[in-house]
Amino acid sequence: MQDYQTQKPTVLEILDTHQAMPGNLLPILHGIQDTLGYIPPAAVVDIAKSLNLSQAEVHGVISFYHYFRETPPGEHTIRICRAESCQAMNGKALETHAKQQLGIDFHETTADGIFSLEPVYCLGNCACSPSITIDDEVIGRVTTEKFDRLLATYKGAK
Amino acid sequence: MTRVFISRDSTALSLGAEQVAKALAQQASSKNLSVEIVRNGSRGLFWLETLVEVETSQGRVAYGPVQAEDVASLLDAGLLEGKQHPLYLGNIEEIAYFKNQNRLTFARVGLTDPVNIDDYLAHDGYRGLKNALALHATEIVKQVTDSGLRGRGGAAFPTGIKWNTVLNAPADQKYIVCNADEGDSGTFSDRMIMEGDPFVLIEGMTIAGLAVGATQGYIYLRVEYPHAKIALNQAIEAAYKNGYLGENIQGSGKTFHLEVRSGAGAYICGEETSLLESLEGKRGLVRFKPPLPAIVGLFGKPTIVNNVISLASIPVILDKGGEYYKNYGMGRSRGTLPLQLAGNIKHPGLFEVAFGMTLRELLYDYGGGSASGRPIRAVQVGGPLGAYLHEGQFDTPLDYEAFAAISAVLGHGGIVVHDDTVNMADMARYAMEFCVEESCGKCTPCRIGSTRGVEVIDRIVDGVQKDKNTVLLRDLCDTMTYGSLCAMGGMTPFPVLSALNHFPEDFGLEAAKA
Ligand SMILES: Cc1cc2nc3c(=O)[nH]c(=O)nc-3n(C[C@H](O)[C@H](O)[C@H](O)COP(=O)(O)O)c2cc1C
Ligand code: SF4
Ligand code: FES
Repeated sequence: MQDYQTQKPTVLEILDTHQAMPGNLLPILHGIQDTLGYIPPAAVVDIAKSLNLSQAEVHGVISFYHYFRETPPGEHTIRICRAESCQAMNGKALETHAKQQLGIDFHETTADGIFSLEPVYCLGNCACSPSITIDDEVIGRVTTEKFDRLLATYKGAK
Repeated sequence: MTRVFISRDSTALSLGAEQVAKALAQQASSKNLSVEIVRNGSRGLFWLETLVEVETSQGRVAYGPVQAEDVASLLDAGLLEGKQHPLYLGNIEEIAYFKNQNRLTFARVGLTDPVNIDDYLAHDGYRGLKNALALHATEIVKQVTDSGLRGRGGAAFPTGIKWNTVLNAPADQKYIVCNADEGDSGTFSDRMIMEGDPFVLIEGMTIAGLAVGATQGYIYLRVEYPHAKIALNQAIEAAYKNGYLGENIQGSGKTFHLEVRSGAGAYICGEETSLLESLEGKRGLVRFKPPLPAIVGLFGKPTIVNNVISLASIPVILDKGGEYYKNYGMGRSRGTLPLQLAGNIKHPGLFEVAFGMTLRELLYDYGGGSASGRPIRAVQVGGPLGAYLHEGQFDTPLDYEAFAAISAVLGHGGIVVHDDTVNMADMARYAMEFCVEESCGKCTPCRIGSTRGVEVIDRIVDGVQKDKNTVLLRDLCDTMTYGSLCAMGGMTPFPVLSALNHFPEDFGLEAAKA
């Protein structure tokens, strides 16, 4: 894991640019996760100090939201939709297949550090279920074969 | 220069629209053909995406579904002149699925360049705002009340009444908050508006600001919609640049500022008070009501919280008048509802129609039946908190009251179709599991009850004291219905009980009497 001292300037800069914004905690957390890939637990001290909140409050917010993470993700994050429309189109089989192929469960990262796997509840792509995202790309009508092809492409493009 | 339209809508992108656009740009340039590719929204006929539309002397000609590999043969066949090809569809607006809709809110989606303000203006954009600027605040609210518009986000509360409350609440600062959390499975109409015609939402929010005297607006957008965020921000920037947002809007002396804020993957933040907590930078815990957000809302100030579609319906109401809008629909459900057909359906897509069409017409005449070709067995309407309907209920008209009469909800108009391979005990269990996952945790029936619900369903399915546990499940649903603070815990029993009542055989219980 990276040393927080090297990340600290980034965090402080994000805190600084959001200083005057009303309701700034979520934008700050997004800013940190967008740049560092996750919210380093050590950053909570600086966030709390800057917003005049307790560390417990900041941590409470981070842990409430599914999207925020406190550990570094793999190079690519795969999100698989688990919601009803995707289930109606064999989403569960896809989910099982993906876990097997990657050898990990949800919220885990492969040993080679290439893929992280996360569940998601609807991507608004229900007209073409089942759906997944890889990083920011939405992919529809994902069969198990298509999933394997995508894995190969992303591994190759590493 | 020939204009060609290829969608930038997420669903079109998820099927390869980007690759099609790239292939066309490359091949056209290597052939020295002069082509301008416009990235529009989607027409909403998703089984035909990627749709390619070409502007020709005979009007717009469509081809679809197109894949990148098809581009070469399309160009050879005379794509740019609208010539024949196996993927030729002709004028998309003449296809029954499109033609028989009443596109009021979605009038421009798929037709225009979503982030080009001149295109918006050329297609009747900002006419509602122009009228609103000439009206007194109370007259704007009256138009909305007259339209009969009820909130499209789920609870179907009359929009005019909400606006009137905020109008009459004295305060130094008021807010307009757009609920763009769209967490329901099977729903994507908010996303399609934001990606396909973001100006109509911006215009609706600006009118709302004028109507109640609010100078600041926020769009609370779920983080799962990155493409919508890009489109919204591009459109907001253009609106500022052209004097449609900011100080002194169109020389009127009125002010309205607008900003997009990202959610962080919590379904409960779609609930309005939880959303406000989140916007204030806190955990998304549901607030007790009263006080209503209309009186004590964001940062303690009077606030309108409306769904994307509610707000995007405002411009047409202010353009054509409340009466015009009201003339669509039936009973107390006025205007149109953009329905979203999803799941196991042959022709999935967005279908905007006046209230009153039956579910059966929609599923079979337009949806074309299941995608798998197997019989349709269960249909969930209104998202994860909506009831499952069985074949015997498909003739129910799409109307708020008619749905309430069969213990169901229309919600946000999402329709998820399951064929006969579905196991309804699994779906009931999933509904409880979803509540475990997404409960804000404030009250016991929802937080603990849902966990117990999963366990009880497991016991029924495993055949452990079936009858006793079925009674227990019903009791538990009762407690959740009457003891929960918000509809998360209060409505989870809808999918659970409807599954149990209509499909008991899937729980290993005696089949329902017909
Ligand atoms: C658990 C839960 C989730 C909700 N999710 C949404 C949502 O994603 N979008 C939405 O507009 N309304 C949602 N609502 C309804 C809102 O609380 C609120 O009624 C709505 O935003 C008001 O806007 P409207 O009157 O324009 O419908 C949800 C309600 C509950 C209880
Ligand atoms: S019903 Fe559930 S989600 Fe709603 S307030 Fe109670 S615990 Fe929170
Ligand atoms: S249910 Fe999977 S994308 Fe909506």
